[in-house]
Amino acid sequence: MGKVIVVTSGKGGVGKTTSSAALGAALAQNGEKVVVVDFDVGLRNLDLVMGAERRVVYDLVNVIQGEAKLTQALIRDKRVETLYLLPASQTRDKDNLTPEGVEKVIAALKSAFDWVICDSPAGIERGATLAMRHADIAIVVTNPEVSSVRDSDRIIGLLDSKTLKAENGERIEKHLLLTRYDANRAERGDMLKVDDVLEILSIPLLGIIPESMDVLRASNVGAPVTLADGRSAPALAYFEATRRLKGEDLPVTIPGEKRSFLGKIFGRKAA
Amino acid sequence: MTDVLTQPRPIRLKGRSFLALALTPELPVADWLVRLDDLAARSAGFFLRRPVVLDIDGLDIDRQELRELVEQLSSRNVRVMGIEGARTSQLGPDMPPAMTDGRPAADFEAPAESETADKDAIDSVESAAPVPAPQQPVTAAPSLIVSRTVRSGQSIFFPEGDVTIVGSVGSGAEVVAGGSIHVYGALRGRAMAGSTGNAEARIFCRKLEAELIAIDGFYKTAEDMEPELRGKAGQIWLEGETIKAAILG
Repeated sequence: MGKVIVVTSGKGGVGKTTSSAALGAALAQNGEKVVVVDFDVGLRNLDLVMGAERRVVYDLVNVIQGEAKLTQALIRDKRVETLYLLPASQTRDKDNLTPEGVEKVIAALKSAFDWVICDSPAGIERGATLAMRHADIAIVVTNPEVSSVRDSDRIIGLLDSKTLKAENGERIEKHLLLTRYDANRAERGDMLKVDDVLEILSIPLLGIIPESMDVLRASNVGAPVTLADGRSAPALAYFEATRRLKGEDLPVTIPGEKRSFLGKIFGRKAA
Repeated sequence: MTDVLTQPRPIRLKGRSFLALALTPELPVADWLVRLDDLAARSAGFFLRRPVVLDIDGLDIDRQELRELVEQLSSRNVRVMGIEGARTSQLGPDMPPAMTDGRPAADFEAPAESETADKDAIDSVESAAPVPAPQQPVTAAPSLIVSRTVRSGQSIFFPEGDVTIVGSVGSGAEVVAGGSIHVYGALRGRAMAGSTGNAEARIFCRKLEAELIAIDGFYKTAEDMEPELRGKAGQIWLEGETIKAAILG
């Protein structure tokens, strides 16, 4: 039985789709069977980031409405054979998602894959609540700035009330993924400090992904950043996050910390 | 715009408790109305100045029948101000509003035979009501303890007494209490204490970063709070009509 992860945030544009693809690819590269599911019906992006936009025939809504079988809609990645994508529809909208339909699809995916990663849309309405409904683990993607932090706080509240796990009285495992972290801006005080974000949100930190041009380059070539350039700073951070997700107790390093000889003399420059 | 916002006397939003007379109609409605007429006949103005709530919990009538019942009652000078225990399908916009969270209070005594003046009837009933009160045992004021952080968008509403939060109150969250509010963490959202009309209520927190605080309807937004207090452990109380705040110990 696979584990269902929801990658959510509340705020739009913080890195949910990028992170879903990157984490999915990282897990699959270790040989695990992974499917990434795009829940952003009508505004789909996961297919672009995965480089599969020219191969989409059927999508999640087709499967829910019985117009296609799940196996017909799943798109296998050309680079990593254990990585699959279930795209969203672009012509319909979130009203076409039904709770029963989503339940059936997730149940089928859980039995066939080790990891089911649900890329949630932004917001707190139907698309987001259905994406989180069947999750065992939630990754809350947050940028270190005030609007994103407040929206993440809201989403964490919803994770504790609108998921099946919460309704059954269990606690859903929540992790914070801090994305688009810019060490220089943090030092200048233009960005919230990691400690401030952790104090407000109070959930364990999965990782800090630095702001980087590599992410943009990767999505432009249609590859998750962990496949496009596995040695780039964000990719390395995603690989570490994957290890922590699987239970490894890896300490989180704040990107941009100068570990040079001079840095050691003049003291650590931490955000 | 700023002129409007800096009015010295902001509008007070108060809560108030009233004791209402609850009538519980029974089927068939026509027979029940006969019994009500009998009661009213014994005292001409029994219902005249009394706010009446209709308790129809479990009563099998539809919206039209309920509307007719309310009309029948108002033709008998019984003015229904709310309906308790109704399903949404039974109510409509032209009918008295739904009432919830009613609590039992001392029963009203029915007027005895041969009452003459309206005033006598009302007085005797009102004096009957407080009599059982001194015999009630002393009970502690209820309080609510929330042992987790209150997240943005969540709302804690507890008009019965104090609220204690073991955790923080997130930005965009709100806590409304009839009594005092104690936050063992950072208060970043809204806290409204003394909501049912208690000017003695206070707000305590370990880190004051509130967006809005209110006591007994008087409120202050973050903009009007003293900047020295921000981020510190604070206590907020009401003096007359002014909100006062100070750093805690």
